[in-house]
Amino acid sequence: MAWFSRKKPEETTAAPRRTAQVAEGLWIKCDSCKEIIYRAEVERAGKVCPKCRYPFRISARERILTLADTGTFEEHHANLTSADPLGFKDTKRYRDRVKAAQQKTGVGDAVVCGLARIGGLPTVLCAFEFGFMGGSMGSVVGEKLTRSIELAIAKHVPVVIVAASGGARMQEGILSLMQMAKTATALEQLGRAGLPFLSVLTDPTTGGVTASFAMLGDVILAEPRALIGFAGPRVIAETIRQPLPDGFQRSEFQLEHGQVDMVVDRRDLKETLRRILVFFNE
Amino acid sequence: MPDGLDFEQPLLELEAHIAALRALDDPLKHGDEIAKLEERLQRQRQRTYASLNAWQRTQLARHPKRPHTRDFIKLLFDDFVELHGDRVHGDDAAVVGGLALFEGRGVVVVGHQKGRDTREKIARNFGMPHPEGYRKALRLMQLGEKFGKPVVTFIDTPGAYPGPGAEERGQSEAIAHNLRVMAGLASPIVSVVTGEGGSGGALALGMGNRVLMLEYAVYSVISPEGCAAILWGDAARAPEAAEGMRITAPDLQRLGVIDGIVPEPVGGAHRDWDAAAGLLRGALRQALGDLAGMSARHLVEDRQEKFRRLGAFEEESRTRSG
Repeated sequence: MAWFSRKKPEETTAAPRRTAQVAEGLWIKCDSCKEIIYRAEVERAGKVCPKCRYPFRISARERILTLADTGTFEEHHANLTSADPLGFKDTKRYRDRVKAAQQKTGVGDAVVCGLARIGGLPTVLCAFEFGFMGGSMGSVVGEKLTRSIELAIAKHVPVVIVAASGGARMQEGILSLMQMAKTATALEQLGRAGLPFLSVLTDPTTGGVTASFAMLGDVILAEPRALIGFAGPRVIAETIRQPLPDGFQRSEFQLEHGQVDMVVDRRDLKETLRRILVFFNE
Repeated sequence: MPDGLDFEQPLLELEAHIAALRALDDPLKHGDEIAKLEERLQRQRQRTYASLNAWQRTQLARHPKRPHTRDFIKLLFDDFVELHGDRVHGDDAAVVGGLALFEGRGVVVVGHQKGRDTREKIARNFGMPHPEGYRKALRLMQLGEKFGKPVVTFIDTPGAYPGPGAEERGQSEAIAHNLRVMAGLASPIVSVVTGEGGSGGALALGMGNRVLMLEYAVYSVISPEGCAAILWGDAARAPEAAEGMRITAPDLQRLGVIDGIVPEPVGGAHRDWDAAAGLLRGALRQALGDLAGMSARHLVEDRQEKFRRLGAFEEESRTRSG
């Protein structure tokens, strides 16, 4: 038995069957500060490193549990699944990739959406599942988000989306790109209906997700040290043929450059959202 | 031969051969041969261009002699007054825009701009805009809206620039903001993909009521090279990625992403700029004419419905909980 092990994506999902696996390593290494830390302490702190406060990546379901009032989340649009419109194949068939991701994560695609209450206030709440093909946005993600925003308009409630995504899903080609247009259009309608959109950016939020709905929040919050950007750091470093400075594109950098409203610790996130929602509710 | 693409070589050789025969002292002696060769050239040309694959089209879309936005502006509009700057940070030469007259009517024109020679390529950053380019485009589109003028956009970019300055000044926000504002703009918008439609950096000018595409233009979520590098760790497999991603005009029309294909002269727009512009003029006249009678509200609804429909997914009704 290992005394510590690398944090695997599986370990962060909420599926109860996997609790035995979670107990396997008593110690884990922080992705950010590389310190060896006691797992129980990390769990107690809400999956946050007790040494450097780095928030570990968590699943969509875990995220919803930390934000929605207990028992209030009612999932919508879970019946949408990918159709492989291009018949795409790289080293694997796209259909097989989707199936594998569904089995791995227990969700139908890279976002989980529904109605919930946050601090008693009704809202549409969507959370990305980064473990599902890097949280990439294809037709299903775009359609789920759009329907969720339309549901918010119909119910006259605000929208909260917690993003964690590498961007548009290549395997659906141009249709993935068009989800940027679709979600931005839905948010234009939400705004005209006088309803707010609170965007929460978590590690990582990049590419076509950042360049569409994620940066269109009336209020934009970010978790500490999250990578947030248009291009990924590797692409930028290759473009300018220079290494990038420490902290480049992290939440604190984006705050400094005026791109986000605030950087919020995970344990304060729910209360911060509640305070903002109260403002729009009064 | 810097300007000849692989698949163009046999045609170029044949053309050179005919030209050489014509240049002889006694062309009459070779009249029959010339006629035969010309016939063969025409057949071969039609065969070649009727069966171009996605990668060959990508090469045509990036052809160094292909007309760029400013060339189309010169050929299509009676007058053009270029306007500059985003009023926030600077003026991005990778995006051009201004006030133009199309068949006597005022329109706002915005487009990506690539360079022709090395100096201009660098000055225009190879057609890859920074946030100030998108913000200039936004300012001009809103100017059009304010004065009830239609907006025409030309798309020809490898993508938005992935550099540190672009990130610091909010590349994502600039693109996202354009998408939202275009979704609600109360003027007609006609977008034309004239060359390369590279990802979000292209879409940021691309939310038209009508989206047209030149016959050999391409439009994709990521460049074929980028896609191949990510999927196979090998950018040299770009031709495969180009095929798999469905990036050609006929593919995009089938997927419902574009509304029309504008034919190009045989061999591509770079072979005959005037003919290419003439064909585009007709398509533009038609698209603007279709939209001319629509109210502001109708225009916005038309555009929003168009983008609302895009996507392909399966919906299992059994699991629907009402």
